[in-house]
Amino acid sequence: MSSIPSPIVEEPVETTGHDSRIRLVLRRFLRRRLAIAGLVIVLLLFAFAYVGPHFYKWRYDQIDFEAFLQHPSATHWFGTTQNGFDMLALTMRGMQKSLIIGLIGAVLSTGIAAIAGATAGYFSGWTDRAIVALIDLILVLPGFLIIAILSPVFHGRTWLIFVVLLAAFQWMITARVIRSMTLSMKEREFVYAARFMGVPHWKIIFRHILPNMSSFLIIDATINVSSLILAEVGLSFFGFGVQPPDISLGTLIGDHWESAQTANGYQFYFPAILLVMLVLSVNLVGDGLRDALDPNAGSATGKGAASR
Amino acid sequence: MTQRQPLLEVNGLSVTFPSEAGAVEAVRGVSYHVMPGEVLGIAGESGCGKSVSSLAVMGLLSRRARITGSVRFEGEELLGVGDKDLSKIRGGRIAMIFQDPLSALTPVITVGDQIAEAVRIHQNVSKQAAMDRVVDLLNLAGIPNPRQRARAFPHEFSGGMRQRAMIAMAIANNPKLIIADEPTTALDVTIQAQILDLLQKAKEATGAAIVMITHDLGVLAGFADRLTIMYAGKLVEIGGVDDVFYRPRMPYTMGLLGSIPRIDAAPGTPLTPIEGSPPSLTNLPPGCPFTPRCPMRVDICREKEPDLLRMDSSGNGHFAACHRSAEIEQKNLKGVDIFPASEAVPSRIEDLPREGRTPVLRITDLKKHYPMIIGAILQRRVGTIYAVDGIDLDIREGETLGLVGESGCGKTTTIMEILSLARPASGSIAVLGRSTAGMTARDRFQIRREISVVFQDPMASIDPRMPVSDILAEPMVTHGVPAEERAKRIGQLLKMVGLRPEYTSRYPQEFSGGQRQRICIARALALKPKLLVLDEPVSALDVSIRAGVLNLLEELKAELGLSYLFVAHDLSVVRHISDRVAVMYLGRIVETGGVNRVFNHPAHPYTQALLSAAPLPDPRKERARRRIILKGDLPSPANPPSGCRFRTRCQKFADELNDQQRQICIDTDPVLSDHGNPGSVHRAACHYAEGEN
Repeated sequence: MSSIPSPIVEEPVETTGHDSRIRLVLRRFLRRRLAIAGLVIVLLLFAFAYVGPHFYKWRYDQIDFEAFLQHPSATHWFGTTQNGFDMLALTMRGMQKSLIIGLIGAVLSTGIAAIAGATAGYFSGWTDRAIVALIDLILVLPGFLIIAILSPVFHGRTWLIFVVLLAAFQWMITARVIRSMTLSMKEREFVYAARFMGVPHWKIIFRHILPNMSSFLIIDATINVSSLILAEVGLSFFGFGVQPPDISLGTLIGDHWESAQTANGYQFYFPAILLVMLVLSVNLVGDGLRDALDPNAGSATGKGAASR
Repeated sequence: MTQRQPLLEVNGLSVTFPSEAGAVEAVRGVSYHVMPGEVLGIAGESGCGKSVSSLAVMGLLSRRARITGSVRFEGEELLGVGDKDLSKIRGGRIAMIFQDPLSALTPVITVGDQIAEAVRIHQNVSKQAAMDRVVDLLNLAGIPNPRQRARAFPHEFSGGMRQRAMIAMAIANNPKLIIADEPTTALDVTIQAQILDLLQKAKEATGAAIVMITHDLGVLAGFADRLTIMYAGKLVEIGGVDDVFYRPRMPYTMGLLGSIPRIDAAPGTPLTPIEGSPPSLTNLPPGCPFTPRCPMRVDICREKEPDLLRMDSSGNGHFAACHRSAEIEQKNLKGVDIFPASEAVPSRIEDLPREGRTPVLRITDLKKHYPMIIGAILQRRVGTIYAVDGIDLDIREGETLGLVGESGCGKTTTIMEILSLARPASGSIAVLGRSTAGMTARDRFQIRREISVVFQDPMASIDPRMPVSDILAEPMVTHGVPAEERAKRIGQLLKMVGLRPEYTSRYPQEFSGGQRQRICIARALALKPKLLVLDEPVSALDVSIRAGVLNLLEELKAELGLSYLFVAHDLSVVRHISDRVAVMYLGRIVETGGVNRVFNHPAHPYTQALLSAAPLPDPRKERARRRIILKGDLPSPANPPSGCRFRTRCQKFADELNDQQRQICIDTDPVLSDHGNPGSVHRAACHYAEGEN
């Protein structure tokens, strides 16, 4: 086919592109002091959990037979437990697990929500009804109790089963939001254009629909991190979550909560304060991201996604 | 002109908005006046500041806007007056009519109460008296059963009725001045004619002056007394309506007039597009802002912004802002003299007689009925919406079929049925001779190569998250075109639609509306299809850009031997681009035939009404025309009238026929039958189709 020597339309094309969108988001994010503080704290806590152990002389499974139940000191910064384990080493180890559970669980739960919600919204009909029914069913199930009941099943096996279970009770509301977003997005003309081109349905979902919700997905995943950490802590506290020999912030708090009222309260307060700092700063980052990515959503008060 | 005081005097009005990218100079020193009882038209493309300037007059801009200059209404300064005092004038002596009547009415209060509220704020009358006035007003506005309808909520009104209610509210307090901001833009052409007629009546009833803001010069031609053209926040031409239309002295005005397709023009009359798009109003360079798009630019245009100069050879009060206006005036240059009109490219296929060409699309007796269902779990069918009710279409190779009709007539349903390539519930669709009924999924996928689509809104029809190269590659990836061929083809496609091949890595938001529509067209052409379905491809674009896209479509069609199914509600565009035309009304085709034949000798009363409602950008012709104004709105497709579906609005049924003849219309559904000499393929579905044979 010969190409037509059509006159080139001389128009100044604005040089505001994709890069500039990223830059704009960054600029909006950087304007929020609290979000930056949150981000800095999250990064420091990560470094604390993963880099810290390399620079600390005690390991989490090492017993100091000369120091049982010692208050914080120059040798044991956070003190020791009754059995002579170093509290700081334990906290760092526990934080590692809590962080990884929060991250994997959040990605998993947002992922399930994205796929289930988009599938339901895109195909509608019976697929939609089935998925919505499933969502409603899981919503009325008491997730906490079910995981507690199932905890003997993953006793002695990998903690990853626990993460999957946590995520399985976390995705429903996000999926509903994504479903309704998909319902409006599939009526957009670029989706029609792709369909009439012959692009397969799953490809439309992954190439056109989900990427256009990426702001929402990023925000949701961030906020999920903190709720999953809290869920993990809650379950582990009662002994239904992370099982020994694994340690998490939840098991630490569970093991030492009784000391909170005593002179040995340090055993409880160090992991507990770090937990609060972690959850708070992740939420701050989530709110900042929401304001930066989706400025029309209004200044976030953390309600909605974070409080569920 | 008599020595009367002007009603409204705007002097050196400037409006600036702060923004992240710098100050936006939306209005830059605008001065005009409106005499009592006069209609002043303000025309310009979107983003030129016409709405902002009128909102500034009303004091309705946000507090962030910096407004300078002076606005005097009946000798009284309005700028700087507090909101409370302004509120006494607004709605009383100055009324406003907005573009979108749905958002201009409060959804939770009945229409009657809203109008009564407007009355009672400005007049000290009892509730009952106010309500009586409301009924009078609604009656004047042509709303049937006004007493009953006053108790209805805005959502129970159609778009046209809401705009009538808005006009009723605007004239409630006998204003001296009505500011109408694009009052007919969201409406169909038949409803537009009704509303313009009503505005004329309202003007006569109240003696108010009207400032009419619109992008459609055709609307102003027959309505306005004087006209101002705005560009980049400034007035570039002011004058009597005849002066501006027949003796434009600013290249922008000349270009605008040349870029409008006319319903009375012979087909093939080239349009003169204005290339480029309006400048951004932040950090405007010195000089005339039209310079980059102007075919007459000289060095001084870049240095100094021209002032409005009086044009001596025209009537009184004709001003234009152009350094070369004296030259234009002296030589009496016309738009076609200065703007390069594209030559019509002769097509090879057009030499072949129509019967000899392959049919690309053939639709027979297509029906699409939607069930009306209530209840979420226990679903019950309560009725049927006859969206498309038995239509025949047929497009041959190299041919453009224009499908016209008001919104809600089933145009969109028809093309969705065609594009989904599914087996229709009733009737048949055949693409390139192959019926969709017997197709397997594989066949369907194969045939998608041959038929592609361009949608109305170029902002919505490309994925904003993909760069141009991915957008254009998508159809080719889907249909397995090898990578190296794809890369070559993308460059080719961009060149074909008049974009630079270097643009491949850019994102859609970097392009203007017209450029985006070009990207959409390039994507549609990627697989070298035979048929392009164009769903209102230019109605979302500015007038000056429209012409460029229309010319491109024509070039492509001739060069590539494409066929178009061109869906539009704008008859002048259809006339310009189509070979044949089909007029649709309430799910049926009521008239079809060659475009010249149908437009010159419309046989069906609906076609006649549509044609007479379409505004002409020609003041003299427009004033001389007798307009057929259809009554009411499109009936609901869930409950179409018996017999002829058009009879409820038919001017012929109402005025010309006797009772016996009417009975036939009520009882018998007219079929689409040959009209005029056989072989002219001009067909109409009317018992009393007219026209000489």
